Amino acid sequence: MMNQTAVPEVAVDWRRALRIGLLGGAVALYVCLVGMVEVFDARALVAGVITLGQTSMVLAGVGAAYMAIRGQSLDRNRAALAGVLAGAVTGAFPAVLVVVSEVVNLRAMFLRASPGTTDVLTLGLGVGGAWVPILVLAVVGGATGLLLTARSDIRQPTSAALLALLLVGLFAGLLRPPLLASTVTAALGRFLLSDNGLTLPGAVFMVIAAVVGRLVRRRISLRSRLAALPPARKRALTPAALVALLLLVLWLPHGIGPFFAQVVAVVVLYVLMGLGLNITLGLAGLLDLGFVAFFAVGAYTVGLLTSTAEYGIALWPFWAAVPFAVLLAMAFGAFFGLPILGIRGDYLAIATLGFGEIIRILAGSDLLKGLLGGPRGIINIPKPVEVPPDHLLAGPIQIYYIGLVAALVVAFVAIRLRASRLGRAWIAIREDEDVAEALGINLVQTKLLAYMLGAAFAGLGGAIFAGLLGSIFASSVTLFVSINVAALIIVGGMGSIPGVVVGAIFLIGVPELFREFSDYRFLFYGAALIAMMLFRPEGLLPSRIVQRELHVPKSDENGDAPAEGDGPATELSPGTAG
Amino acid sequence: MRTSAVDRITEFAIAAFLWAFRIAVILLVVVGSFLTLSSGKYSWETWSSLIVSGLSTGSIYALIALGYTMVYGILRMINFAHGEIFMGGAFAGYFVATLFASAGFLDQGPLPALFAVAVMIVVAAAFSTVLALLVERIAYRPLRNAPRLVPLISAIGASFFLQYTFRGFFGSGFYVYPDVSVLAQRVPIDFLRLRWVDVLVVVSAVVMMTGLYLFVMRTRMGTAIRAVSEDKSTAQLMGIDVNRAIVTTFAVGAAMAGAAGVLYALLFRQVFFFTGFVPGIKAFTAAVLGGIGNVPGAMLGGLFLGQVEAIGPTLFLDGLNVPSPNQLKDVIAFTLLVLVLVFRPSGILGERISGQRA
Repeated sequence: MMNQTAVPEVAVDWRRALRIGLLGGAVALYVCLVGMVEVFDARALVAGVITLGQTSMVLAGVGAAYMAIRGQSLDRNRAALAGVLAGAVTGAFPAVLVVVSEVVNLRAMFLRASPGTTDVLTLGLGVGGAWVPILVLAVVGGATGLLLTARSDIRQPTSAALLALLLVGLFAGLLRPPLLASTVTAALGRFLLSDNGLTLPGAVFMVIAAVVGRLVRRRISLRSRLAALPPARKRALTPAALVALLLLVLWLPHGIGPFFAQVVAVVVLYVLMGLGLNITLGLAGLLDLGFVAFFAVGAYTVGLLTSTAEYGIALWPFWAAVPFAVLLAMAFGAFFGLPILGIRGDYLAIATLGFGEIIRILAGSDLLKGLLGGPRGIINIPKPVEVPPDHLLAGPIQIYYIGLVAALVVAFVAIRLRASRLGRAWIAIREDEDVAEALGINLVQTKLLAYMLGAAFAGLGGAIFAGLLGSIFASSVTLFVSINVAALIIVGGMGSIPGVVVGAIFLIGVPELFREFSDYRFLFYGAALIAMMLFRPEGLLPSRIVQRELHVPKSDENGDAPAEGDGPATELSPGTAG
Repeated sequence: MRTSAVDRITEFAIAAFLWAFRIAVILLVVVGSFLTLSSGKYSWETWSSLIVSGLSTGSIYALIALGYTMVYGILRMINFAHGEIFMGGAFAGYFVATLFASAGFLDQGPLPALFAVAVMIVVAAAFSTVLALLVERIAYRPLRNAPRLVPLISAIGASFFLQYTFRGFFGSGFYVYPDVSVLAQRVPIDFLRLRWVDVLVVVSAVVMMTGLYLFVMRTRMGTAIRAVSEDKSTAQLMGIDVNRAIVTTFAVGAAMAGAAGVLYALLFRQVFFFTGFVPGIKAFTAAVLGGIGNVPGAMLGGLFLGQVEAIGPTLFLDGLNVPSPNQLKDVIAFTLLVLVLVFRPSGILGERISGQRA
């Protein structure tokens, strides 16, 4: 597909531009029909100027033009022409959608082929404005072509400005409340941000700031200055950076308001569970898709032991219940793990998936209703620390700190284990079971330990979760917990601890911040998993071993179609298309 | 790690545990069945209707399982998105069905209805095939030589992507299939509670499976597929277009799944974006049950799973006074999956992916 080598040619490859345009158009059409255009239109990037729905279309044009031009050395006019062609073809698809949805009642099939989508696409002109997407995307494509071939002292500040607009506009809703909260920054907040996206003056300000920032950075070039520092100073810098990072992490839940505190608390709990599954999946290579089973065991144990409501049985304090929950989750891990750990890796994924479903169904069933409350669940689980509502540790903030400490403990355990005899046995099993067995590693026992440890940390996560929510219902035990945890490890980088943190921020934190788009959360997950496997199977921040392992030179074991994608990284960075 | 006393003790404990597990399951089944049967609570009428429903869901599982088993046979990969291919077929069938319903085809006697159903099945099969080929091209083909976990994860991604694409396109609500009045009527046999829809499902499943079996065993392409399953590089040396064999496998499996989607929807009368997930896992169970890679095995496994699931809750659990045992039918299916994986991983008929058959 995109593997054609860059031929230094002056002529525009029109057929390529057309083909990319058709692909881009298919993507644009998909984005319209799946409803993103209409739903995202509710959020503005710059208030009164451009909405996120329109932005998604613009990005489709930028992406198509970029793909049509990249890797070729075209002069400015030809690049612009290629961009115009790719953009216009991309825009033609939504234009056709506008016309067709006017003539035929497409809505009987596609819910989002609606007047709302038409409005976004035609800027409110209705079917008479079907030309709008073609024109706009052609202009966008041409501009992309010009930008890509511009001198670097124009290109870099412009891209920086656009990127800054996009990012600040996206997070405007999040940044505004804390800015308004303090009297010092309130004026700034009102100037920059409306209650829906950037204000127009704010956007101008951001563009200027980004351009200036970029130019200044070119002048100063932080990185080269850092490299020029004498080694002694550099060594002194690392602890300083660590302390700064630590302070930032500690300050995080207080910074931006209660909603943000809740989000970071959830992220930290997923980091904790991710670190747990990282032992099972990242070190021992066991794909466990039934992680939620142990999460449920932990949460329900804490619920039963501490709840002051109907199903509580012991009225224990939270802290006494947690170790018990962890032990019980571990026991369940042994119980489930023993029968299945002898089976092949990909079967294991399905078997554990089955376990997750079994626990989910049992939790909601009439069979255990007398014990676990069925769908009504267990409520009134006390907070770990009882404090008045405006205390420094109120609500999610204490959960954040508890989760943070727990995650640090798990990380420490994981790091120590990885270097141990057991950890090396796990890695050996992951690499090759048969060889590991031949080397005298007891497969079932070693795998069982990994599985039980993962289960224990899942139970810990579930226990703290129960404390966060104050209740546990059968409906919170879903497959999606397992998928979330597995996906964040895979995206972050299997076997890598920083990878888990990055994965949790991207896959849990960012979607939590964009709650109103939660319909598309798992769509993005799916796309992210496929894209990661195609282009970067080792994850965003891989551990070194996994990276080496997954970049084996292609064997020519079977000569199916010429090898696709995943070639050596080209000199160009990956595309900007969203 | 050397075998020490501790190791031997744990090994013994593991073996003991597995035996206890076997015995517990067998005890549960035997005692439960005995108690249920001896209580005489259920008449032949009830049992027969359970068996019939097990037969029809079982044949649907069998149809889906064929796709899993063939793809596993040829690529050693669990096509996790197969359930979504099935769901896509059900959706395609729905839109065709509404067209026929508005044209009045569905309540004008058996022939027009049968014609409508046939068209639905063909369209659904075609749509599912296109969908599966797209997935194969984008998400699987570039990963053919990657380590095993990589295509599996990509397949999980594809599964979610498809689910939520359908949700975006068609919303999260249930789509109720239009009434086909003929199919809801009872077959005039006194001692069996049998509706025409059950007959339709079972007969079309049998026809399609026979067709598939003949295709795999008798045609050139089928031979090529079997050869590639056996040994890719040798097959290629013999002049077989490996890529074409793989793509054909996906296409055939998807067509079966699409058709199964329509049959499933005719049986249960509704479809939504999550419809494919549970039947997908069940069908995988069926494929493992019959011996993955083994085409007749998938059919047998599907029928067996359908029966266990239909009769199981009542037969095993009702006698033990479990409240609303039907809630637990998925638990029984997944337990069966684990039992098979643990105690007979090669399935009832044995895997045909290892070596003895060309």
